[in-house]
Amino acid sequence: MSVLSATPAAQRTRGEQAMVLFLRYLPLVLLAIAWELVALLHLVSSDALPPLSSVIASWFGLLTDGTLLDNGGASLYRAAAGLGLAIVFGGVLGIVMAWWKPVNVLLAPIVEIFYPLPKSALIPVTVIWLGFGDGSKILLIFLGCMLPVTIGAYNGARGSEQALIWSARSTGAGRLRVLWDVVVPSAMPELLNGVRTALALSFILLVSAELIVAHKGFGYLIGVTGANGNYDAMYAVVLTVAFLGFAADRVYLVITKRALAWRE
Amino acid sequence: MTGPSQIVIDGVSHIYRPPRGRAVLALDHAALEVGNREFVALLGPSGCGKSTLLYLIGGFLPVETGAIRIDGKPVAGPGPDRGIVFQHFALFPWKTVRGNILYGLERQGMAKTERERRAKDFIELVGLTGFEDSYPSQLSGGMRQRTAIARTLAFDPKILLMDEPFGALDAQTRGLMQSELLRIWRRTPKTVIFVTHDVQEAVYLADRVAVMSARPGRIKTIVDTKFKKDDSNIFKQAAFVEKVDEIWHLVREEAIKAQGARRDEP
Repeated sequence: MSVLSATPAAQRTRGEQAMVLFLRYLPLVLLAIAWELVALLHLVSSDALPPLSSVIASWFGLLTDGTLLDNGGASLYRAAAGLGLAIVFGGVLGIVMAWWKPVNVLLAPIVEIFYPLPKSALIPVTVIWLGFGDGSKILLIFLGCMLPVTIGAYNGARGSEQALIWSARSTGAGRLRVLWDVVVPSAMPELLNGVRTALALSFILLVSAELIVAHKGFGYLIGVTGANGNYDAMYAVVLTVAFLGFAADRVYLVITKRALAWRE
Repeated sequence: MTGPSQIVIDGVSHIYRPPRGRAVLALDHAALEVGNREFVALLGPSGCGKSTLLYLIGGFLPVETGAIRIDGKPVAGPGPDRGIVFQHFALFPWKTVRGNILYGLERQGMAKTERERRAKDFIELVGLTGFEDSYPSQLSGGMRQRTAIARTLAFDPKILLMDEPFGALDAQTRGLMQSELLRIWRRTPKTVIFVTHDVQEAVYLADRVAVMSARPGRIKTIVDTKFKKDDSNIFKQAAFVEKVDEIWHLVREEAIKAQGARRDEP
């Protein structure tokens, strides 16, 4: 790994790049082999840890009979809707708080009190308000994911350089123009960082909420398969969620890196 | 000075109120008149309020005591008649060289083809052809300041305010940028107010040097510094060296006072 990363990424051939990727994730392959061996040799009870091969077989079963897509679709819809709302409202709120003092005075104490609250505590509350379906999950994810975005946007916007604002003003830009042209882009790096935190949080909240009260979704599926003793399937769903969380984070990183290319 | 004064600074005082700590009288009845297309340097020890005076002229800070008039009209906020160049460039880091220069032109409501043409002209003027699509983070300090100067000149302000624009550059680049600025100034003559604490720079660039006192800042003396600037040996000329020496002594007195005042502070 260290030897290979001595070559700049741009000069690597495709084969070398594949090699780097393989070496990077080699520990995962080793873990998978260890899992299979431990289960095959009955070092632990197969209820607690079914062999990886049967988990994979079960995963294909869940995929072909539509269970995975059906529940996964519901989960992803909830996460996307809740997160989308959180990004829009959280971003706007943070920037407005940084830009306009009265809003800050009014809302800062509320943000401070709610920020450390474990959002999973709101699961029963959202269910009472919006029932067992999509609404309560979307609301929960929205509430839970909004504040990291708000705080990122707020800190970023407050860090806007005075000289940049003045430069824009001296070209004849009005206050709203400056907000859009200077404050919002200045806030972007920290705002996008907040979104990354929110992205991870959204998966946590989604699965927790679905485990407790839901008729559908990844969390529901994990709960049901576990309760019925169908551990192969349960692990298959857990692995699916883990992979999706990881993939979402990677994709997000690539997008932000491109969006912030000017930072070098 | 030729013709009526374009900028009149009349008994301007300014109290700086930091968010924490006590209020400080930064400027005390500063007075100065600057003629049309004149190049004036504001020179003084650090903390003497020279940048504050520049920001007041720019309209970035409110004039609370006294008056600043431009072409007879009191300053009421920033405007495109006064362009500013900062020490630390203040380029929009998310915009390319071209994007930064186009920004001011867009705000002026200039037509697109006209904007593009003008941006190209000014990129050429400051010698950045070939770097149009670079981001500020990819440029050297000198190139960033060229971009900032081009951005400000491009929207054609009547007055150019410069806040220690070469202070963050290494000595060689600073020398180059100074002669570059004079070259550009001759091609697009403007009124320039140039803040610096570098005596040689002030004497070399400016028609007149306004020496400021230690805090609270006042205009202590105004020294005429018109030379034939394109002489490459100017820095060795007796008349130039004498002027630098004379002004250096004036500034030194104030710097000593500033140090003394600081020592007296609790």
